[in-house]
Amino acid sequence: MTVWTWLALAGAVALALVAAAEARRYAAARAAGRRFLRHPTASLGVFILAFFVTLALAAPLVAPYDPTWQLDPVHLQNQPPSLRFLLGTDVYSRDVWSRLVYGARLSLGIGTIAMLVAVTVGAGVGAVAGYFSHWLDAVLMRGVDVGLAVPRIFVLLMAVALWERLPLGALVLLIGFTGWFVTSRLVRAEVLSLREREFVAAARAVGAGPTRVIFRHVLPNAAAPIIVSAALGIGNVILLEAGLSFLGIGVPSPLPSWGSMIHDGWQWIVAAPWTSGFPGLAIAFVVMALNAVGDGLRDALDPRKEGT
Amino acid sequence: MTEPLLHVRDLKTYFVTEHGGGTARAVDGVSFDVYPGETLGLVGESGCGKTVTSLSILRLIPEPPGHIRPGSFIEFEGRNLLTLAPKELRAIRGNRIAMIFQEPMTSLNPVFTVGDQIAEAAIVHQRLSRRAARARAVEMLTLVGIPDPQERVDHYPHQMSGGMRQRVMIAMALICRPQLLIADEPTTALDVTIQAQILELLDRLQRELGMAVMLITHDLGVVAGSADRVVVMYAGQVVEQAPTRELFARPLHPYTEGLLASVPRLDTRVSQVRGRLHSIPGQVPAATAWPAGCRFHPRCPYAWDRCATEEPPPLDTPGSEPGTHTVRCWLLTEPQRRERRA
Repeated sequence: MTVWTWLALAGAVALALVAAAEARRYAAARAAGRRFLRHPTASLGVFILAFFVTLALAAPLVAPYDPTWQLDPVHLQNQPPSLRFLLGTDVYSRDVWSRLVYGARLSLGIGTIAMLVAVTVGAGVGAVAGYFSHWLDAVLMRGVDVGLAVPRIFVLLMAVALWERLPLGALVLLIGFTGWFVTSRLVRAEVLSLREREFVAAARAVGAGPTRVIFRHVLPNAAAPIIVSAALGIGNVILLEAGLSFLGIGVPSPLPSWGSMIHDGWQWIVAAPWTSGFPGLAIAFVVMALNAVGDGLRDALDPRKEGT
Repeated sequence: MTEPLLHVRDLKTYFVTEHGGGTARAVDGVSFDVYPGETLGLVGESGCGKTVTSLSILRLIPEPPGHIRPGSFIEFEGRNLLTLAPKELRAIRGNRIAMIFQEPMTSLNPVFTVGDQIAEAAIVHQRLSRRAARARAVEMLTLVGIPDPQERVDHYPHQMSGGMRQRVMIAMALICRPQLLIADEPTTALDVTIQAQILELLDRLQRELGMAVMLITHDLGVVAGSADRVVVMYAGQVVEQAPTRELFARPLHPYTEGLLASVPRLDTRVSQVRGRLHSIPGQVPAATAWPAGCRFHPRCPYAWDRCATEEPPPLDTPGSEPGTHTVRCWLLTEPQRRERRA
């Protein structure tokens, strides 16, 4: 590690601290924000997320080596953490810290994109089912039941078996398209109650068509459950990706994702626990942080807690 | 007389209730006309079908459980609203016919500024740009008498009082200059001083814009002050309709009579009414089981056996032009019964 990477790392920590402090300051000025801050772990979660996001964005600055570069396959296998290799090296003599940093890009990126796909589809289907009701609702919701009943990992394994080498983009889309069922149920429930509200009748009385009513009047009012399920959804996707990569069917080697790093190191878990341990810790921290933030948001955005 | 703007004939809106409660005949054969530029008061107690009537006109009845029966007829500017395609109907809603709802606190979308909501109709119907629509919204806020419209246009509903929100609702309804405004209990949720202001505002805007207003209320005071003609509803039917003056001077249906007697008056001595305010005995029956015969007969002080078996049609009153003052009551055929009772 050079001075510059240390400086960059310190910068990333400082930036994450500033971001967390800014978020706190912003939140403290609002009633909903104060409900968020009442969660003891929520601020910590914001900090952890800010830290990993900064790492992911600043990966080339914070990582001293190329994540796929095998430094010296003969002498530098499974080196323990040191000043030179902050988190040690793996069995292929790659720097674990560099891989972890670039892995943040992949794991968080996959989590975010797959979640965006899932939430978009879920909110769309849920809104249509809830708003139009009756036969369309029945058809869509039975479809959701089927989706929930089929184990997701089974669908993904099947896709991998069919395509042999699944491109990363297709994997992300597949994770997204198999993950919207719960969101659509949440949104449908919310829309069912929203569409009886007077302002929806008022919007229809003004001549707004169903598309306009759904997207301008109903969905923005259902933002709270959508945001919460999105926050919790990213964590789920990261875990799923890690599981798939661990099984060797996720992110193709040698691309560093946290799951594939655990996969690369698990056979040496006793001799070189750092190779699998650190990416495992990273997953644990990020998922816990996402859950803490999700819980905080759930309380903060719940209108029934207004005024407390 | 001129052609009516809105022509409602034999409107029947039924709701199928779940759990075997039967069919609620919320509106059951209602007919009335609204002429251009006039104010029609639609009066009756809660549950008599006023709101369902107004929602049926814009076809905003939730279907199912509700449906408008075949044979009903609602004509507006020469077109039958009940057979229009959804798209044509939307071109009328908010554009030619606008509506104000009862509850200003819940009829505005909490996540948009009032400016956005006022402008919505103009964007939908006149395809105005956002900028032009915003300018129109400011204009409308000025028209409905909201101070600092330039600033208020960017406020959210929760930053405004009930009276202000009702003004916003009116601005929202009138931005496209509709020919007919349906105001469903526009003042019920407001306190009395604000009520007076809103009614005055509606009156002024009606004169300025030359539109017809259908004013739905349970408050006879409101009707007396603003309506040209009054339609009295009971149990899903029109029981009496008449010009306002005539209705107040000569109520002919026992229900109207009872309603008028139930209003506390400043000009009658308490001793003259024996110290107690009049009330109509009994309750409005359930819409799933209207009484046979005249629907008011179980509560009517004049009722006799004919009332329990035969349903009276709307009858013209003697001494007035046909169709101007109609009453659904057998007393019109046997006026001596009223005298005897009195």
